[in-house]
Amino acid sequence: MQEALRFQPVDAEPVDHADIVVKARHLRRVAEGAARGLSLTIRGLRKAFGDNEVLRGIDLHIPAGQFVAIVGRSGCGKSTLLRLIAGLDAPTAGSIAFGEEPRAQDVRVMFQEPRLLPWARVLSNVEVGLGRQRSSADAQARAERALVEVGLGDKRGQWPSVLSGGQKQRVALARALVSQPRVLAFDEPLGALDALTRISMQQLLERVWRDQGFTAILVTHDVAEAVALADRVLVIEGGRIAEDVTIDLPRPRRRGSAELAALEGEILKHLLEGSEDTSDL
Amino acid sequence: MSLIDSLPRRKAFSSEVDAGSREENASEHKSGAPFRSHRNGNSSSAPKLPKVDGLIPWIVPLAIVLVWQLACVTGFVPSRVLPAPTDVALAGWKLLLSGELIRNIWVSFWRASIGFVIGGGIGFAFGLANGLSQLSAKLTDTTLQMVRNIPHLALIPLVILWFGIDESAKLFLVALGVFFPIYLNTLHGIRTVDPQLIEMGRIYGMTDGELFRRVIFPGALPSIFVGLRFALGIMWLTLIVAETIAASSGLGYMAMQAREFMLIDVVVLSILIYALLGKLADSASRALERLTLSWHPAFQKK
Repeated sequence: MQEALRFQPVDAEPVDHADIVVKARHLRRVAEGAARGLSLTIRGLRKAFGDNEVLRGIDLHIPAGQFVAIVGRSGCGKSTLLRLIAGLDAPTAGSIAFGEEPRAQDVRVMFQEPRLLPWARVLSNVEVGLGRQRSSADAQARAERALVEVGLGDKRGQWPSVLSGGQKQRVALARALVSQPRVLAFDEPLGALDALTRISMQQLLERVWRDQGFTAILVTHDVAEAVALADRVLVIEGGRIAEDVTIDLPRPRRRGSAELAALEGEILKHLLEGSEDTSDL
Repeated sequence: MSLIDSLPRRKAFSSEVDAGSREENASEHKSGAPFRSHRNGNSSSAPKLPKVDGLIPWIVPLAIVLVWQLACVTGFVPSRVLPAPTDVALAGWKLLLSGELIRNIWVSFWRASIGFVIGGGIGFAFGLANGLSQLSAKLTDTTLQMVRNIPHLALIPLVILWFGIDESAKLFLVALGVFFPIYLNTLHGIRTVDPQLIEMGRIYGMTDGELFRRVIFPGALPSIFVGLRFALGIMWLTLIVAETIAASSGLGYMAMQAREFMLIDVVVLSILIYALLGKLADSASRALERLTLSWHPAFQKK
């Protein structure tokens, strides 16, 4: 149980066992000709809003295809980090470099809110995700495939307003997936869902990630979700990476297993201890 | 601090979304298996309902006409005060045969439409410009808000001095009256489009044109329709006043002429025609609304 949990110093070279596993999985995918994730290197990243410095120097390397979860208390800067990675905001200082220069459709974001166009049917909402490729001949076929992949093939002609919260979020996932992104950033995508829908969505996220092999970055406040899904959990505190935990458990992981619970407990303990030191949060 | 400032707004919004989706969840649960038979049971009696539904709004107007007729026939209301509906209908028939009625309705309809198109068009253009461009809003919004506070009918003396009792006087007044509801609601509609949807559109690489066509305009449309219906009401109001005060044709003129000759049935007839035209305009805008807002939960029939 303890073997699974290894805390690394923040700036250590990230090559370790989990990395090799990820790479091996990628080699297999490349051999199969599937889409491949992009690696990501962040150096000295800072972000300030006025006088308030939210990120105070992040150094991070994410290997291609890794599933990284970012946890932390609210206001710790985890969502800001995600927005910087996704290119929604510009950093105050530092750099974010991808393994290759990504095209516009290579990096996609999924938010806590589905952000569907209420006046567009489900299928055209998914087509929005194709970006500039919308006008291509196979756009509709690709959108349909993405809908089938999230299990909503029969809802293509519905208005978003008749879908349940979980279904809306699955449409948003299909929209993010339809351009076959190489980096997919999730900003608490399951935060607004009820417990059961949340678990099935977690399974869906894991499945599409394994199928498509994109690099996944998941911001969540739910530590159980982080350890269940991620190869690696980053704990952010006061704008810095406080812990970098490798989760080296076989998949699919069984919810409620002792290993997961132990990991969750460890990380929660760090989070709670950290919060006592940083009374300014 | 600014991140924290921006967070509660996002949170507040997402909790709204949250509440909304939970409601929908709840309604889905209701349509689940245990209730299905119950629902089917209801729907078996449903086919009869639409016909009755269509008639219900007309019960009250019909009853009023009936009471009115009775009151006149029994002499409870003297015909010098209010002619019986049958007399009004007869006056209408006579005017219809002489062609006078159609001509006057057509003149009024034409004035209303042209004035509406001009004023609504300009209002819509200003609404778009000020909703989309900060510069344009800074430049013109304050001025427009000042002008808005002048009741446009107060301009009638001035308008008569400017244009006489020419067509342009009526068109000017209608256009001015229609301008503000369209302008304000277009502006409001564009300003209140969900910024998260706009961000989403940008993330997915929409050009400015696409963003307007696929996100901003459809998002502003419900509000634009509110403005449209307000404007239609103001359009008739303005026209009636303008035509009764300064005109040589049209429904208002017909009513004023009839007053000169004590033809009270024609006066009542023109009032009723105004009511009918107003209702027609409103129904037309509602039909258009249903057509273009079929995505909106309020317009989805189950």
